[in-house]
Amino acid sequence: MSTKMSAIHNKIGHFPRELEDESIYIMREVAAQFDRPALLFSGGKDSITLVRLAQKAFFPGKIPFPLVHIDTGHNFPETIEFRDWLAKETGAELIVRYVQDSIDQGKATEERGKYASRNVLQTVTLLDTIEEFKFDACIGGARRDEEKARAKERIFSVRDDFGQWDAKRQRPELFDMLNGRISVGENVRVFPISNWTELDVWNYIKEEKMEIPSIYFAHQRQVIQRDGMLWADSEYLNKEADEIPFETTVRFRTVGDMTCTAAVSSHAVDIDVIIEEILSAEISERGARIDDKRSEAAMEKRKQQGYF
Amino acid sequence: MDILRIATAGSVDDGKSTLIGRLLYETNSITKDKIEALESASKRKGLNFLDLSLLTDGLIAEREQGITIDVAHIYFSTPTRKYIIADTPGHIEYTRNMVTGASNAKVSLILVDARQGIVEQTARHLSIASLLRIPKVIICVNKMDLVQYQESKFNEIRDKLSELVRKTTFQGQTVSYLPISSLFGQNITKKAVEMPWFNGNTLLEELETFEFAETLAQAPARFPVQFVVRPMTEAYHDYRGYAGKISSGTFKVGDEIRVLPTGQTSTIATIEKFEKSLDQAIAGESIVMTLTNDIDISRGNSIVLASETNVPSLKDFSAHVCWLDHQALSPGKTYLLQHGIHVTKAKITQITERLDVTQQTSTTEVGQLNLNEIGKISLRTAQAISADVYAENPSNGSFILIDEFSNSTVGVGFVV
Repeated sequence: MSTKMSAIHNKIGHFPRELEDESIYIMREVAAQFDRPALLFSGGKDSITLVRLAQKAFFPGKIPFPLVHIDTGHNFPETIEFRDWLAKETGAELIVRYVQDSIDQGKATEERGKYASRNVLQTVTLLDTIEEFKFDACIGGARRDEEKARAKERIFSVRDDFGQWDAKRQRPELFDMLNGRISVGENVRVFPISNWTELDVWNYIKEEKMEIPSIYFAHQRQVIQRDGMLWADSEYLNKEADEIPFETTVRFRTVGDMTCTAAVSSHAVDIDVIIEEILSAEISERGARIDDKRSEAAMEKRKQQGYF
Repeated sequence: MDILRIATAGSVDDGKSTLIGRLLYETNSITKDKIEALESASKRKGLNFLDLSLLTDGLIAEREQGITIDVAHIYFSTPTRKYIIADTPGHIEYTRNMVTGASNAKVSLILVDARQGIVEQTARHLSIASLLRIPKVIICVNKMDLVQYQESKFNEIRDKLSELVRKTTFQGQTVSYLPISSLFGQNITKKAVEMPWFNGNTLLEELETFEFAETLAQAPARFPVQFVVRPMTEAYHDYRGYAGKISSGTFKVGDEIRVLPTGQTSTIATIEKFEKSLDQAIAGESIVMTLTNDIDISRGNSIVLASETNVPSLKDFSAHVCWLDHQALSPGKTYLLQHGIHVTKAKITQITERLDVTQQTSTTEVGQLNLNEIGKISLRTAQAISADVYAENPSNGSFILIDEFSNSTVGVGFVV
């Protein structure tokens, strides 16, 4: 085994518990400092992790704020099914608002073309939902390791009534003291898993034996090939004439809309294999830029590790 | 697996970006596509080596566009621990960002250019590291390649640095000096083949072997109550749990406790973490505590051990303060003071000193404290706060000041 591969193996299954303590502390600060907080739930692994943390923070009490899902109408059915199950399981209140309603009200316009998605349109519905319920804090699952601008994001991030982030007006955050004071019209986005990496999230899911939607695991699916990526075929995907769907074994590394989430070729049926896949993918590529040469290298590494 | 938080600060010229890039590179934390991008970018610049400083280049561009110079967080891990680097790029005047970035750090990484030796910034960093009671300082004498890896050059700088350190350090702080070359990876994660005369640790060894958790667990026990859990369900009809994160020390089931500021006493019945019951919990852990009898406790109260005779309770006190806002601190003004999670009004009665952190001197009779200045103030709070002297128990000795009108965090204080 090369040193790189043994370094990978050493990183498996080590979740720093301090991260959970920190996130639970943040959850409790939200409940204490705000009148009407909400947890933005997308059905993805990060927001599932948030729900778990909220559950732990207030146990044996219930989660003292609602889960809010902005439903684009293009979600994977498995995600919706999972969402409803999780809300029932935790006893949390679930609020769903629909992008379709914003479109019908003329507040948002459907995109055209083969890349059309409702990803951007979600913001309109979200801001309306914040206004409707007068939410003063919205908990989200963004992490600082995702990209450079996020690396500078605060844990309590103050937004104006248009939901805008002003990088120049960020409050300094010192020690673990969180200042959630806001003026009328402002609200706060809260990121309890700011200091987690993608690997931390997966190790946590594993250690906590958490349920996640089935589409994170390998399954048979109709897909099309586009820009070197595998796109799930669905009635919402605008296909061109030469984009012929075919069936293959895939899983999803991140879960968003059916129109903007690419699948990866995978036979990972349990969480250990998923973590190994992510680790080898981390070495060779991060993000969704899949080109043939690189996915081949990733495959080679996976094979070196001995599965299938 | 634990987490070690590191703060760096200083000018880019010291090679800080390259150092961070090198650490990430040699710990396999950089993805292959990023390395490929680095290779081609380095070639385009006509370099025959990997320019690792380009990894944090986005931040430099941001700075050039005039966006607030701010703390960025960078993550990497080894089989031993996870590391969080608070990277505080900035010009010499950005004391505010250094303090912010360093507030959570257990290690301060200070870079010195081997050609230049000590500069004003070095002294500033050392002072701030001590003001914040950062237990470990690693001074990296960088760019040793540009002084032909001479031992005499390193010794000369180290001796001057030790003189400076003698003025700033405190008991319990360890300071180490490493000759390194970030550019050529000498003494970062691998022993420096170019400097066989150096027998000390590499930078990574210094980080991997540093132990810090124990001291916090042994500090006086402090448990600020964040949230009262009252499920009021059938199964938990009379349940009343006090949720919070232990700021210092250790609590055990059966310990007699006292609630501050009310002074009521009780005994710990259970310590819980979700569905688990624990015998004890230590600093840093988020727990729920239940007591043997019902007493009135609300958010902002602090739980300490009843056996402790000298419990902290401050209403009129002094503190060092670093000012973070464009609007200066003036005596007589009222702010909100947040100590941990407890918020109360505070009036600044006097500014007694302004510190010159580079000269280790201070001036008295100060009219106001401006952005980035550090001074000593006297203040009076509406309610007593259960804060310790910062130097004695850092995790319970700091506070922030909030402007009542703008709601901004405008200052950070350290109880003296």
